[in-house]
Amino acid sequence: MSKEKQPLTDTLHIPEPEDELTHPMKDYLRSERLPHIWCSTCGIGTVITAFITGLEKSKLEKEKVAVVSGIGCSGRAAGYIRLDSFHTTHGRAIPFATGLALGNPELKVAIISGDGDLTAIGGNHFIHAARRNMNLTIICINNFNYAMTGGQAGPTTPLKANASTAPYGCYEYPFSLPFLAESSGAVFVARWTSLHVRRLAKSISEALLKPGFSFIEVISPCPTLYARRNRLGTGLDLMKFYHDNAVIKHGADTSQVDIKYQESIIVGKFVDKDKPTFFESRNNFLKDRLGNHFIPYKGPEKI
Amino acid sequence: MTYWRVPLDLNEIKIPHGEPRIIIKRCKGCGFCVEYCPRDVLEMSTEFNRKGYHYPEVILEDACVNCNLCEMICPEFAIFCIETKSKHPESDEVLRRKDKS
Ligand SMILES: Cc1ncc(C[n+]2csc(CCOP(=O)(O)OP(=O)(O)O)c2C)c(N)n1
Ligand code: SF4
Ligand code: SF4
Ligand code: SF4
Ligand SMILES: [Mg+2]
Repeated sequence: MSKEKQPLTDTLHIPEPEDELTHPMKDYLRSERLPHIWCSTCGIGTVITAFITGLEKSKLEKEKVAVVSGIGCSGRAAGYIRLDSFHTTHGRAIPFATGLALGNPELKVAIISGDGDLTAIGGNHFIHAARRNMNLTIICINNFNYAMTGGQAGPTTPLKANASTAPYGCYEYPFSLPFLAESSGAVFVARWTSLHVRRLAKSISEALLKPGFSFIEVISPCPTLYARRNRLGTGLDLMKFYHDNAVIKHGADTSQVDIKYQESIIVGKFVDKDKPTFFESRNNFLKDRLGNHFIPYKGPEKI
Repeated sequence: MTYWRVPLDLNEIKIPHGEPRIIIKRCKGCGFCVEYCPRDVLEMSTEFNRKGYHYPEVILEDACVNCNLCEMICPEFAIFCIETKSKHPESDEVLRRKDKS
């Protein structure tokens, strides 16, 4: 070997551990696609781990769970989870998932997507799926901006926060997603951050087992755009911020949980109530109206 | 931890032991695992992986209690922990002494 071609330092030799094949979540991950696209210290990956942990905890059969995502950094989630998973168009995760749930009522359909995808372009679908109490579990990764397209302000960007389309700070009022979800009809509403991994996983398993529309908001660091534009440091700095500023208040009134720029974040399980789901309402109502003429649809194989 | 009285079952309590495994090539050096390991088992290495990130390494092998927090918090699926028997039978004692100091 000529002198120029020799490695500069011994750090260029990297041992290949066979450990990859023994990762405890390997059955739920599309390992061949890793490492994923998310930036260093981005919180989205941690939410995926919490989802997989929650799913394992729920003991649902893998074959009876599907994951749907829209478009965005968060929307890449479906591509890394080894379940029946769909990466739909921007804003359309909920209608796609509604179709899946209607077509196969036995399927548990979970949606993992971003704040912009679910509540800006997809906002109308969101309120109507909640209104119908459709059997869906929605995990909204809220990084306070449209990250994938360059950090534009969106419906969750807090007042005063800087975004690429709000260079002097955002002057629009943001949505408070738990309030939006509850007032639209959700029966399960929780909020956590990427730091609260165990509590988040527990909420996810509860939400997956809850009949009807369940909603979990996860506040998650976007170091590359939101944090950089606002000079908040890395994702680790934001994790430390969550550690110091998240206040757990189970059962909190969702009208009181607004997020203000860099102020305390109220987290916890806010709503857990029982209400007939879309399927129950439909079947009971039509049974009542049509009597024996009504044959409830039970799924593709059971017609 | 200092006890205001010695727990009655102190001798029966088994402290679990674990051994962290790091998938170096997946790591993006975020430092979450190092920051949040309750036992300070990990530290960022001065070495780089293939993508140019520093990755964690184990510095306090006997201290790991297999709590899996590193595995839960890692955004890259790059670290996990397996349960092991204590390599040094006296290490529980070491841990306790470390707690008291
Ligand atoms: C119909 C349509 N409009 C706009 C876009 C561009 N676009 C891609 S991702 C995105 C925003 C995603 O924001 P969010 O859902 O919050 O995800 P994040 O990247 O922040 O995780 C936009 C506007 C698109 N792909 N399709
Ligand atoms: S741009 Fe932001 S949200 Fe997207 S992967 Fe990077 S850190 Fe995560
Ligand atoms: S399992 Fe727990 S104690 Fe062991 S290295 Fe990971 S975080 Fe630290
Ligand atoms: S948490 Fe994961 S990605 Fe971050 S430094 Fe540790 S092993 Fe690397
Ligand atoms: Mg976003």
